[in-house]
Amino acid sequence: MPKITYILPDGLETVLDAEPGTSVMRTAVSNGVPGIVAECGGSAMCATCHVYVETEDTEGLPAVSDVEDEMLDCTASERCANSRLSCQLQVSEDITVRLPETQV
Amino acid sequence: MTIQSTAQEVPVLELDPFSDEFLNDPYEAHEQMREAGPVFWLERYQLYGVARHAEVSQVLADHETYVSSRGVGISDFAKEKPWRPPSLLLEADPPHHTKARHVVSHIMTPKVLRGLKEGFQERADELVARVAAGKGTVDGVADLAEAYPLEIFPDFIGLPKDGRENLLPYGSMVFNTFGPRNSHFERAMERGATAQAWIMEQCQPGAPAPDGLGAKIHAAAAEAGYDEVDQAKLLRSFLSAGVDTTVHGIGNALQCLAENPEQFGYLREDPSLARAAFEETVRYSSPVQTFFRTTNKDAELSGMRIPEGSKVLMFLAAANRDPRQWENPARFDIRRKAAGHVGFGFGVHACLGQMLARLEGECFLTALARHVEKLEPAGEPVQQLNNTLRGLDSLPLRLTAA
Ligand code: HEM
Ligand code: FES
Repeated sequence: MPKITYILPDGLETVLDAEPGTSVMRTAVSNGVPGIVAECGGSAMCATCHVYVETEDTEGLPAVSDVEDEMLDCTASERCANSRLSCQLQVSEDITVRLPETQV
Repeated sequence: MTIQSTAQEVPVLELDPFSDEFLNDPYEAHEQMREAGPVFWLERYQLYGVARHAEVSQVLADHETYVSSRGVGISDFAKEKPWRPPSLLLEADPPHHTKARHVVSHIMTPKVLRGLKEGFQERADELVARVAAGKGTVDGVADLAEAYPLEIFPDFIGLPKDGRENLLPYGSMVFNTFGPRNSHFERAMERGATAQAWIMEQCQPGAPAPDGLGAKIHAAAAEAGYDEVDQAKLLRSFLSAGVDTTVHGIGNALQCLAENPEQFGYLREDPSLARAAFEETVRYSSPVQTFFRTTNKDAELSGMRIPEGSKVLMFLAAANRDPRQWENPARFDIRRKAAGHVGFGFGVHACLGQMLARLEGECFLTALARHVEKLEPAGEPVQQLNNTLRGLDSLPLRLTAA
């Protein structure tokens, strides 16, 4: 099973096993990881599931769609080059994401 | 016939989800449907149903198998001509749908909505404080739940002051006509006929005020290559889907809070729970109860075969109370994490107005927490029966100003 590492804003790390094909958002929410609000439940409508991808090799990740790109312009914390919506990140390999200061 | 042989494999239910009895109080029947199996057959209407969270989510997610272009009501557009030209959003599939949706999502982003918050909050505070200051009992529906969105939404779109009374009957008609031709359908068509003419007029290019969302939709749609007829159709989606839904959301929230005083107490103590309280209302007392899909090919769902050309009825509201998904699902609890409910749908057709609806709900309930000390039922609420929506006709309340 792929492992997802969540780095919380205070530096604490949580490591979770993810079912292949589930999203970084869904895995966080169903395990009670704080800091991912995911108000819209994964429909790419709310931009409250923002993460920064810290993994160097991002080859295996799904590409940023137009909708995600636009939504990333609406995040509450600053958008960076490694910003993604975690609801759009289906995992197949280990990944490390850092959570922003705020989602709303 | 394949449909019949398949139908025997799935549990058969005789209940009528569009009867007055069901629409008045669907919850026991929801339980019966969830327990019958992951997929069931509704004998009366000759169609499939799903009522558990997992299967409803799967149908919503698999838009290639369960299409919307054949109608999201009971009628199959492949067999029956729709009563109005189909929506470019709700009743369309990718790639056409993707293009139309982008025109609109581009305009109504979370960022744009954040900019509206201050104004929305001011008007909610003003309205709730005024109503709370009045003496005696109020009607939570007419005085609050209808008053607030009817003030906010038409201004946001840029509609004229005259004629706004047409918005609710039109929405009610659209949502009733997703159901079978029962008395609600027929009555809604009669009442909605005059409203329809007004709505179509407001959707024409140049009709909405230049600074509102309506004009922006026209401009963006024109730029994307849509002709005037289609531009009007895009705007029509907002006038159909944007009013009755939020009115019922706010009305249902008022009812839930009045009937659960400890929950209203939590909201009073911490008004920042307002957004969560609205979310929990959409889960617990879902304004949009159902939508249909049509299978465009033979499908299999949780081991059950569903042949091509079948109508599938998704009981969103039943999924939102599925004990497989929620702890104490029949408890209204504004402190729970309600995200993940399907009250706004899910996937490519997920409600385009959900962030606007949340904003309206949040501002309204924040104002309620600020200006109302006590919120008590003052009589029996009257349910408004609709083939798709769940909401109230009236809600007698006694308010004590804070
Ligand atoms: C509490 C209020 C609301 C609820 C419960 C609600 C519910 C829903 C649901 C369940 C769907 C999915 C339909 C499907 O999957 O076939 C939907 C779609 C839609 N809603 Fe809402 N809605 C609400 C408010 C609004 C508002 C305020 C607007 C407009 C500003 C709006 C505009 C739309 C549109 C245009 C669609 C079609 C999206 C598409 O097919 O791509 N809704 N809504
Ligand atoms: S959960 Fe809403 S955008 Fe990801």
